[in-house]
Amino acid sequence: MRRNGNLLLGGTLVALVVLAALVSFVWTPYDPVQVNAADRLLGFSAEHLFGTDKFGRDVFSQILVGARTTLYVGVVAVGIAAVIGTPLGVLAAMAPRWLGEFVMRVNDLVLAFPALLLAIMFGAVFGADTLTAMVAIGIATIPSFARIARSGSLQVMSSEYVLAARAGGRSRTRIAWSHVLPNIGGLLIVQASVSFAIAVLAEAALSFLGFGTRPPTPSWGRMLQESQELLTAHPRLALVPGVAIAVAVLGFNLLGDGLRDRLDPRLAARV
Amino acid sequence: MTARVLRRVAVFAVSLFVASIVVFLFMAVLPGDPAQVALGVNATPELLAKTRAEFGIDRPLIEQYLSWMGGVLHGDFGRSYVTREAISPQLVDRLGVTLWLVGAGMIVALVIALPAGAFAAVRHRKASGVAVSGLSQVGVAIPAFLAGIILVQIFAVQLRWLPSGGWTPPDQDAGEFLRGLILPALSLGLVQGAVLTRYVRSAVLDTLGQDYLRTARSKGLLPGQALFRHGLRNASVPVVTVLGLQLTTLLIGAVVVERVFVLPGLGSMLLDAVAQRDLLTVQGIVLVLVAGVLLVNFVVDVLYSVLDPRLRGS
Amino acid sequence: MTLTVENLQVADLVRGVSFELGAGERVGLIGESGSGKSLTALSVLGLLPEELSATGSVRLDGRELLGASEKELSRLRGNGMAMVFQEPMTALNPAMRIGRQVTEPFRVHGRRGRPAEELLAAVGLPGVARAYPHQLSGGQRQRVVLAIALANDPALLICDEPTTALDVTVQAQILGLIRERLSAESSLLFITHDLAVVAQMCDRVLVMLDGSIVEHGSTREVLTAPKHSYTQRLLAASDLEGAR
Repeated sequence: MRRNGNLLLGGTLVALVVLAALVSFVWTPYDPVQVNAADRLLGFSAEHLFGTDKFGRDVFSQILVGARTTLYVGVVAVGIAAVIGTPLGVLAAMAPRWLGEFVMRVNDLVLAFPALLLAIMFGAVFGADTLTAMVAIGIATIPSFARIARSGSLQVMSSEYVLAARAGGRSRTRIAWSHVLPNIGGLLIVQASVSFAIAVLAEAALSFLGFGTRPPTPSWGRMLQESQELLTAHPRLALVPGVAIAVAVLGFNLLGDGLRDRLDPRLAARV
Repeated sequence: MTARVLRRVAVFAVSLFVASIVVFLFMAVLPGDPAQVALGVNATPELLAKTRAEFGIDRPLIEQYLSWMGGVLHGDFGRSYVTREAISPQLVDRLGVTLWLVGAGMIVALVIALPAGAFAAVRHRKASGVAVSGLSQVGVAIPAFLAGIILVQIFAVQLRWLPSGGWTPPDQDAGEFLRGLILPALSLGLVQGAVLTRYVRSAVLDTLGQDYLRTARSKGLLPGQALFRHGLRNASVPVVTVLGLQLTTLLIGAVVVERVFVLPGLGSMLLDAVAQRDLLTVQGIVLVLVAGVLLVNFVVDVLYSVLDPRLRGS
Repeated sequence: MTLTVENLQVADLVRGVSFELGAGERVGLIGESGSGKSLTALSVLGLLPEELSATGSVRLDGRELLGASEKELSRLRGNGMAMVFQEPMTALNPAMRIGRQVTEPFRVHGRRGRPAEELLAAVGLPGVARAYPHQLSGGQRQRVVLAIALANDPALLICDEPTTALDVTVQAQILGLIRERLSAESSLLFITHDLAVVAQMCDRVLVMLDGSIVEHGSTREVLTAPKHSYTQRLLAASDLEGAR
């Protein structure tokens, strides 16, 4: 029961964020980038659910649209990492020993460039915006996927079923496709969830530093950065985006944990 | 075992070498002319050429790389294209600040995580254990800079117990130094502590289920004694790995926290350099950070074989 | 020493088990997997897994063990009573040298005890004190576990299928060691699913099925004239037919 609790809670939180993003495509209470000097720094109210910021922009609308950025970055970053990292890892597991070792060494090298650092570097060279941030975070996440894919593949490869298939002369690609991938699928999904949470945190940090989403596109991280000077009088301006970030990260982490709990015994039994 | 350690040293050296090439090439790809950036729009072609020669950027790439690395290996990171000052002295100073921050953050994280994680594992079926575990989940979701902002609000602005930023070198005024270190270290350490707690909990939980603990208890050891005398060493192996990862996360997290607390560390130096398009400085700092990460990984790997005798024979 | 088990109940896995064990007796507890024999043994030592608890009475020399404090129980474990477990591959701490693990019962109970070399030589493993568990085979590790159990000359030794995970040839060695090294005054509770082993090691036997004792008596009686249908089936399935 407690296991499903993680899944349930995580799923709900993630759904909340996804909902916010989806809703923002069709409707927001106000235009999030609309400056309105008359309505600056209003508190919680019926007209402005989360109040307004120092430019008079509606905070709630900013949160809704900001959800888009958050998810966008997560999806692209994790997508890049999964699409490049998984085949790399599977290949490393199935290739001759020296090649596998070599790929893993290169992997470790990429790991030496943490996401934030890579994003700053990319930002310096290509200009800082959402795209460079996503790509940088994605590249920095490749090693995690490669590692998981490889260790999962190695396990599957040494299972009786696969050994029998190989003895029977099945080609390696067929084995990869029909046995390895379905079996490591669960591991990858869990990794995706966890990496998503990390990507969200990385994007928030980058936006906070000014390396992420450019103004005026709303971004939760940048909202936090903008809130700093007015913190004493208006803590709400930091709390709201802060809670949003925490909800997203918590959601994906819990989701990952819950999925891991659900899939683990099954994986262990199959492999 | 020495063979294994030597292999690791070789891997470390090669990785460092390759990383330096990657960093160098990356910066070399940067569009734009550093001389132009330094001199401004109105510079004459002759002045530009002269400056380029001064910077050494008119030479072939390989030569540039070799002379740069040659300098680095002697501790000389060159002269900034923008400020024309030597990079190394400032780098060293700033590195010191960052290291203090990272070190303090690590200590805070460990002080929180080791007892909390062990507690959550031993009481994993009871409400108190579940509560601690849940708390750590929430802690993970909070970005370090948010924690920093909140801490500054409470302790610096509202209560006025601690400074909201700034840096005093330890030899100048130890008291002020410590006071200035507390909040940034807490910001880093609280969040990392939450992450570490989860790993410690999982490692201890794994260990608790091991047969050799049951053997230890059958000898007459109390559960706590058994865990301490037998479980600790074995549980520490996965924790040490994570510590290594944590250290690198802390290193990078420090970059952001330095911004919040206006600390003159490596992170803020990097960000300023990027803003000013100060290539050579960026290059140097990135190299130092990457070298730091590689070094930590190397140390963790060696620690591994010390802790787990099964890994000693190669 | 006397071990008295009365109406031992563990969930629905051990149902009202009662038996007695006197000084110097060698008693076998036989049954298939899931019969509750391991749980019975673990209940005596107070080492049941977290989720399970035992009710009833387990008395060692009149002293009630069920519900006794951890402190009291730990004074008895590795001292007055000791246990050898089934799986040797995971029974030893991989990060500690064999010698240290073998002499630990002395340190725990505050005695000087004998040197590791001596204890290990007694189980046929001279020169192994500086080694680590991963360097030993399953049979060798089980000898170490035995050495640990016998270190403080326990009045009660419980063996839970000590040879099931080992090769047949190694089995004989371990069983021989137990017979040799256990002092005559000490009692042995030997758990197994193998009738042949019971025939070798035990004077009395208790037959367990689905958590209850369905038959008991001297080994001779039970193996030559089994009364319960389950015992008869066990006998028929073993290779003891004809060998008396």
